[in-house]
Amino acid sequence: MSNSFTVKSTRRHRLHPAGLRAMHWLNALAMVLLIMSGWKIYNDEVLFGWLHFPDALTLGVWAQHGLQWHFFAMWILMVNGLIYLAYGFASGRFRRKLVPIRPAEVVAEVRKALAFKLAHDDITHYNAVQKLLYVGVILVIVLQVVTGWLLWKPIQFSEALALFGGFQAVRLIHFIGMAAIVGFLVVHVALALLVPKTIGAMVTGGPLVDDTAPDAVPAE
Amino acid sequence: MARSPSPSIFRPKQGVDQSVMDENRKLVRDINRRNLLRGTLSLGALTMLTGCTVSDTDTVQSFLRTISAFNDKVQEAIFRPHHLAPTYREDQVVKPPRFNAYYDVEDVKPVDGASWKLELAGLIQDKRPWTAQQIYQLPEEELIVRHICVEGWDYIGQWSGVNLGQFLKRIGADTTAKYVSFKCADDYTETLDMATALHPQTILATKYAREPITDPFGFPLRLRSATKLGFKNAKWITAMEVTNTFIPTFWSKQGFNWFAGI
Repeated sequence: MSNSFTVKSTRRHRLHPAGLRAMHWLNALAMVLLIMSGWKIYNDEVLFGWLHFPDALTLGVWAQHGLQWHFFAMWILMVNGLIYLAYGFASGRFRRKLVPIRPAEVVAEVRKALAFKLAHDDITHYNAVQKLLYVGVILVIVLQVVTGWLLWKPIQFSEALALFGGFQAVRLIHFIGMAAIVGFLVVHVALALLVPKTIGAMVTGGPLVDDTAPDAVPAE
Repeated sequence: MARSPSPSIFRPKQGVDQSVMDENRKLVRDINRRNLLRGTLSLGALTMLTGCTVSDTDTVQSFLRTISAFNDKVQEAIFRPHHLAPTYREDQVVKPPRFNAYYDVEDVKPVDGASWKLELAGLIQDKRPWTAQQIYQLPEEELIVRHICVEGWDYIGQWSGVNLGQFLKRIGADTTAKYVSFKCADDYTETLDMATALHPQTILATKYAREPITDPFGFPLRLRSATKLGFKNAKWITAMEVTNTFIPTFWSKQGFNWFAGI
């Protein structure tokens, strides 16, 4: 036990290991394909009369091509996402980086952000708002996969569809999930552009860290 | 005495008929006018995204269709042949049903029920054609199920007619074959996998809300499967073929997923 701990503590690795970076960018690609093709599909039968997505922002020439892209990119998202979740839990990355999320810290960080006093010298440490956003978007993507399957196969999964309130309810949830992800993307990309070294880190791997660095010690 | 196999109902009997152009004039016009510019714009966006040149879009399309064929297999694998779609109360039924076809409702060409016949072909023992009167005398089954369109809208409909699985047995069809294909009066074509054709909630519908189906909704005979998207439910059926050879369908040829199960 103590042996393995010692070995682990001396192992230094990049903030974002190569596999994780590959998963991040593959997920980004799948997400963009899914959102743009999803807008194409949405435009064929809108949920809200006031909302049509501009054709220039949609993917696919006609509806069938939007569907083709959507039902291709979903496999990238699902396979990549499952590997990411397995990695996040098994490696301890989720435990080290994403929890705990303390409400008081979230409030304090939001105050700092509103006052433009966010500290971002140390990109190896996620603040409470970041943790909340990352955990939140992961959960929303899981919800999108579940509701996506229900929309694709509402009869084969009719029992689960009923739990969510039926076909049109799931369509609406899937839309709201998309909106949440787009909202996340806007904030995520804007903040990354404000602190460009975070983008560099997601490309090259960032600074060397080791798992026992103070911020990496799991609380309790 | 050896009998030659009956020719596929999908093989044109006398070359290409110019009336096809007349019948599809609206579609051709739509392609030319409304969508060309829009299509070009999207193609441009797609080009930027994938780094392909426009001439590569055939490659992209062939790749995406390969994925779509893979998705057919996935859907076949997860299809539950004995799982019943939820059914609804009669007071939830929408009347009349919502119209959908590859043209507008005013362009529907009504079928003359008196001269209409259902032709049979392929792996079927008794290929005698059926008149509307004969079909309307068959035992009826009623489905009050949700119609879900690929576009995203849905409604509850009340359809009745002969169960397709029972009809296939009655005419001595080989139900171990892979497909049941349909040809329609408006040149629409549709192909069902046999598992769906034999699903208890797949019928050849003759009535809606207890009344004979009206012209826009497929009189005298249409398909209604509770486990398929709306467009799979061929209307104004004129011929049915049981076959092991996949016959591409009206929409699958244009890139929509073939299996289209729900």
